[in-house]
Amino acid sequence: MDRIKFLGDVKIRPTLIQLLNLGMIICSALMIWKGLMCITGCESPVVVVLTGSMEPGFKRGDILFLHMNKEPIRAGEIVVYNVDGRDIPIVHRVIKAHERRDTGEIDILTKGDNNQVDDISLYSGGQLWLNSHHIIGRAIGYLPYVGYLTIIMTEMPIVKYLLIGVLALLVITSEE
Amino acid sequence: MHSAVQRANTAATIAAILLATICAAASFLDAFNSPSLQAHVQVVKINRFRRQLDGNDEVKMTLKMSMDLTSLFTWNTKQVFVFLAAEYETDTNSLNQVSLWDHIVQEKERASFQVKVPTKYPLIDQGTNLRGKKVGLVLHWHIMPISGRMIQGKMPLSNFSLPDSYTTRS
Repeated sequence: MDRIKFLGDVKIRPTLIQLLNLGMIICSALMIWKGLMCITGCESPVVVVLTGSMEPGFKRGDILFLHMNKEPIRAGEIVVYNVDGRDIPIVHRVIKAHERRDTGEIDILTKGDNNQVDDISLYSGGQLWLNSHHIIGRAIGYLPYVGYLTIIMTEMPIVKYLLIGVLALLVITSEE
Repeated sequence: MHSAVQRANTAATIAAILLATICAAASFLDAFNSPSLQAHVQVVKINRFRRQLDGNDEVKMTLKMSMDLTSLFTWNTKQVFVFLAAEYETDTNSLNQVSLWDHIVQEKERASFQVKVPTKYPLIDQGTNLRGKKVGLVLHWHIMPISGRMIQGKMPLSNFSLPDSYTTRS
């Protein structure tokens, strides 16, 4: 069995081809990701639900597909927004929307379906409303459970290192 | 011959492709569902209509609603989120949408019902424009699937006019 190459035995050309294949795979994945960003108009077209504040609709570990366009935000839409100063986006539903005649700007109040109170305490400082520039996307589609792996990898980094280690081992020892 | 790892890899890939296809098909078929729902709402009583300390008008009322949402459910429906919004315009705002009441329906059997409830969220204006204002009540729904695309819809119901003066002095 010559699946495990000894160091002295390493041939240059097959190794280079393997590295090139790896590079191609990584580049294709990046292209798909960036392409999705362009099509959907969002910085992160796919997000993982982290909290239970939208249960029973969305549970921890579910994946949401986002989309963003210039259409004004209306009540009832599920939006993903970033509060100034926080880096983790929040996925909640719009319960109030006020659109100004003069500027076209919209004041938005959100609330999680499973929360008792609205999000006003989450907005930074004395901020009373969200505006369009806080919204990074609207949720249009949904897949259950798929994102749970991301949560596990974030909360227990050991799993992430293990996974990368196993993948690296498989790539090095494979013969294609 | 094929090793265990190769077999596991192939099985996992086929499983993933099948799952993705079923999810896409479920979402695709959902688009053909043309719902015909019935709903009726009536404002029973204005409980409180006042100007808050920070200067905005506030209204709390009791609503009597009946609706039949069964035609929104398909086999791919996990729940239907339904809410009633008060919609009106003012001099400064071209559109105001304020949710007064919402409810989650998880089973088709419980999708037809009547309630008489006080508003879950008060109608608060940005300003003091609500006296004598004509407000439209619009029923909105959001169908959340077991997997796939979410579908939104709405249906305007009745209009009503708020009283010309506050019922409680703040």
